[in-house]
Amino acid sequence: MIIEDVLCPFCGCLCDDIKVEVEEGKVVGVKRACRLGSSKIRGHERIRAPMVRRDGELFETTYDEAYDRAARILKGAKRPLLYGWCSTVCETAKKGILLAEEVGGVIDSTATVCHGPSIIGIEEKGLSGSTLGQVKNRADLIIFWGANPAEAHPRHTMRYSSNSTGMFTPEGRRGRKVIVVDVRKTRTAKNADKFILIRPGTDYEVISALRMIVKGKGDLIPETVAGVNKADLEEAAGMMKAAKFGSILFGLGMTHSRGRYKNVDNALSLVADLNGFTKFVVMAMRGHYNVAGFGQVCAWETGYPMAVDLSRGAPYFNPGETAACDLLGRREADAMMVVAADPASNFPRETVEAMAEIPVIQVDPFPNPTTFLADVVIPTAVCGIEAEGTAYRMDGLSLRMKKVIDSGLPTDEEVVENILDRVRRLADDN
Amino acid sequence: MISGRTLGQGASLEAKTSPEFFKAVSFCALSEEDYDALGISGEGNVLVRNEFGEIVVSAKKDEGLPPGVIFIPMGPWANAVVGRKTGGCGTPQFKGEKVEVEGTKMPVMEIRELFADMKKQGGGRS
Ligand code: SF4
Repeated sequence: MIIEDVLCPFCGCLCDDIKVEVEEGKVVGVKRACRLGSSKIRGHERIRAPMVRRDGELFETTYDEAYDRAARILKGAKRPLLYGWCSTVCETAKKGILLAEEVGGVIDSTATVCHGPSIIGIEEKGLSGSTLGQVKNRADLIIFWGANPAEAHPRHTMRYSSNSTGMFTPEGRRGRKVIVVDVRKTRTAKNADKFILIRPGTDYEVISALRMIVKGKGDLIPETVAGVNKADLEEAAGMMKAAKFGSILFGLGMTHSRGRYKNVDNALSLVADLNGFTKFVVMAMRGHYNVAGFGQVCAWETGYPMAVDLSRGAPYFNPGETAACDLLGRREADAMMVVAADPASNFPRETVEAMAEIPVIQVDPFPNPTTFLADVVIPTAVCGIEAEGTAYRMDGLSLRMKKVIDSGLPTDEEVVENILDRVRRLADDN
Repeated sequence: MISGRTLGQGASLEAKTSPEFFKAVSFCALSEEDYDALGISGEGNVLVRNEFGEIVVSAKKDEGLPPGVIFIPMGPWANAVVGRKTGGCGTPQFKGEKVEVEGTKMPVMEIRELFADMKKQGGGRS
């Protein structure tokens, strides 16, 4: 049986045209997805059974015992941290926020090690945004800044941006100009009309110089800025002003380097400046397929998009204080629940060492280094393949993910709900 | 040092205990100039270190890199040399940490070895 229009549960492109072939309850073929997507949809090593750690080793156990252990850990902790939520659907996030509230914990998503600074930048400055559909149908200039979709979002250029054909962009790549700004010549850069190589950590300076040129103050700029020739910047600024519909798509190059949210803030200002001359939009190239969705759910439930402290009776948000890396780095969190994420791989080593000192609950379909540090491991169905639910594409469009096969495993949402239920019962007992 | 996503890293991202993931993320790309200047020998491994830690990764040339900049795919190997500070915004500086690189004969650690000593007996209390 071939199932059409399946959504890919991998990257923020959330491609919705995938064909999946299912035979006897198993995925046997995947069409249209890129290497990243099809490798996930085809499936690979899974956590086989719930496990709990005894005397330093993980032993298989029942779901009931795992839920119980998890509930006791969370209930007994003074400063529990509930982290992850981006490779799962919005329904899970909703339950997670309830659980965090119940245990007086802090809830944070993988955004804080990813595009968190973008969100802070957007909060400061506002965003001239658009959907990917607008970019595809209208943009005649595409700027990838610190973003490498060729490796991180492989179908982005063909489906939505530089190489796609749309209503007012019938010529596709030939009808568009592409600028890439990065610290190395990436695969994406090889597809560019103009590549600007900057030194790591100098995004802010380069954006400032571009803003000055755009605003007619170019004569105040030195001959080189952060290793870039003024002539190159002038050419890029000229291309920006000449565009009918320009679009800056930025990646972690901007948020992971010196300046972080200030880089984004400045880029948003550049876009605001450019809107004085032509139409310009800007978008963050979000990584996980539903990192945007957690932000949405968290914002409408608590008022903040990530790093929310629910221990005070009213939600409190101060990244730098309440983000996962901060709580762990200060050795403040005394228990951690990880849902659909792998902080052991993705946090700095020092932060991971702090994680190893406290009880960790993992809820995930797949084993990963976080499993090595976990005390309770609860396997779940893979969202978008074995469970349905809502996810948000990187441009904020919400889409419904399908269930194509049945795994018999509980969903992330059910697991979180079960733990919440037990925490509440523990509260009643006291 | 810059860390970031690659196709290989992404394709094996959710199979982190697999040999593919090990191969895909435990290397360091250097510009040709730097690679040659380091006189990398033997198995072609390098020791990357700074104030936050040190890690052995295999080395390879990447013509897209300017001298003085190295790239390690996002993952536990790269994160050994990323500091925990978040500059007040919750996000560590995954790109642009300063590191020293030298050739080494030491082997690259497997994923399990990387985490082997971390979970002490202390964990597991509940
Ligand atoms: S580009 Fe992203 S969403 Fe599309 S198939 Fe590839 S991994 Fe999946």
